[in-house]
Amino acid sequence: MKPKRTHLYTLAAVAAFAVFLGVADATFDAFALRVLDLCGIYVVLALSLNLVNGFTGLFSLGHAGFMAVGAYTSALLTMTAEQKEMNFFLEPIAPWLAHLSIPFIPALVVAGLVAAGLGFVIAAPALRLRDDYLAIATLGFAEIIRVVLTNAQPITNGALGLKGLPKFAGTWEVWGCAALSVLFMILLTRSAYGRALKAVRDDEIAAGAMGVNVFRTKVVSFTVSSFMAGVGGALLGHLLTTIDPKMFTFMLTFNILLVVVLGGMASITGSVIASIAVTILMEALRFLDGPLDLGVFQLDARPGLRMVVFSALLMAVVIFRQRGLMGSREFSWAMLSRARLPWRRSGPAGTDGGTHGVA
Amino acid sequence: MALLSTERVTMRFGGLTAVSRLEVRIEKDEIVGLIGPNGAGKTTAFNVITGMNTPTEGRVLFAGEDITGMPRHEIARRGVARTFQNIRLFKEMSVLENVLVGCHLRLRPNVFEATLHLPGYRRRDAEARAFALDLLREVGLESNADELATSLPYGKQRRLEIVRALATRPTMLLLDEPAAGMNPQESLELMHFIRRIRDQFGLTILLIEHHMQVVMGVCHRIYVLEYGQTIAQGDPAAIQNDPKVIEAYLGAQ
Repeated sequence: MKPKRTHLYTLAAVAAFAVFLGVADATFDAFALRVLDLCGIYVVLALSLNLVNGFTGLFSLGHAGFMAVGAYTSALLTMTAEQKEMNFFLEPIAPWLAHLSIPFIPALVVAGLVAAGLGFVIAAPALRLRDDYLAIATLGFAEIIRVVLTNAQPITNGALGLKGLPKFAGTWEVWGCAALSVLFMILLTRSAYGRALKAVRDDEIAAGAMGVNVFRTKVVSFTVSSFMAGVGGALLGHLLTTIDPKMFTFMLTFNILLVVVLGGMASITGSVIASIAVTILMEALRFLDGPLDLGVFQLDARPGLRMVVFSALLMAVVIFRQRGLMGSREFSWAMLSRARLPWRRSGPAGTDGGTHGVA
Repeated sequence: MALLSTERVTMRFGGLTAVSRLEVRIEKDEIVGLIGPNGAGKTTAFNVITGMNTPTEGRVLFAGEDITGMPRHEIARRGVARTFQNIRLFKEMSVLENVLVGCHLRLRPNVFEATLHLPGYRRRDAEARAFALDLLREVGLESNADELATSLPYGKQRRLEIVRALATRPTMLLLDEPAAGMNPQESLELMHFIRRIRDQFGLTILLIEHHMQVVMGVCHRIYVLEYGQTIAQGDPAAIQNDPKVIEAYLGAQ
């Protein structure tokens, strides 16, 4: 297939999706729109975690912490003085924060930068560890962040959280960030820097012997990932319009990890598909929590049944596709044309390899 | 002045002295062998030279510079490349990508420059790709360029590892058992290959090998280690007749 034509396909697909977003934005009800936006946020978060876990091979579980930092930063930067006064009724807000108010997009960038700064600071000691030890250390750091947020009353309003955040995270903001994240990840993983990340993941010792500065590569990956997590957290805050420290527990990291594993470690396509599928499924299965009418017999409301079904689905995926939906492969138009679709069974058999491109 | 030399290098792991007072001098353009029974400390010597381990005592000098205990990538940048006894390819990457990682030093990508595909980076990346493909063509792996590295047969994986090391444009190449698992015919080809890359890339080579045919056939000089001690050194003929070496390999009578 000629590269020119595939570029055209990609452009068309992106345009079609933009049109879909436009239509959705105008016609969807509030609930459906919220699910759609949540999908976009999960795309950002899953890619962020995949960068560290899938592409660099660092088992990090500290994402909720960076999201919390991003969410709080952006919230405090965008709320008006009156909103802040209403929130901080137990103890007044720190004076230097009270009248700080900047527009949403710069606040989003600052949220990412603050999270990245913290990621950088944590990376230096934590990345000397590996595998499970790194996971435990990052988990610990995330908990520390959460506890600090709970107790820094004059800055974060403690356990009360912040309410009435301006709802800035609309469809275009969220999906704009998601699109930027996807584009960034595609360009990064195809570049020499992306190769260095994967080399570090596959064999640290050999990567070092090839002249790759292993430690610095890990730190950069971790910092960039923290930036994305901070932005994702900020978007989440401005979508839900309330945040509190309890939101950012390990369960949140776990949800994102689930998306990454389901989609396939080191697959951008996988992360995107799984983000959307998991978010929609979590909402679509909500009816299971209420009373069920199975025709033959009635079932009382059993909150939690949704998670049982969801977990079963998850196990099925893991059993039948151990490396996730996509493994480490990416979508390409060539892949589509090679696919053995039922109505084209006589076509050329799919040959392997060369599926590393996205467009 | 020797290109690579070690001065009284000693490496201890707890109570075990893996290498003791190793004194190696390798002149430019030489092919030098490092032999000895299993556990003699040959690979440890390699690890110390390439920065995988920091020696307990002693110094490693490369091109007149003290490189003792430098980080691996700094030593690689100065022109020392190596292969590994148990092949260490990047498993989830293609053959071409493996070689391109070897080009990393010359690309020196910065995360923003590389991600944004700025013109300077793009030019260097294109050059690296052309260079990597040339190298692969040179060793007959060109047709495997897009395959996963680990899908190659064993012999080709060994060759790929050497090519990947060559991609760093080294002046000194350390080969850890390049002929392991090869039949006599393949070993013979490997000897020719080693001589050829030395001439073509202006390399100085230090190699660990158990195949005596290869060692004697290709090396100018040989060091023999046993229990971390250097028990003999000299040209192949002298080594073959050295009573200490014969004892180390065949046992005392």
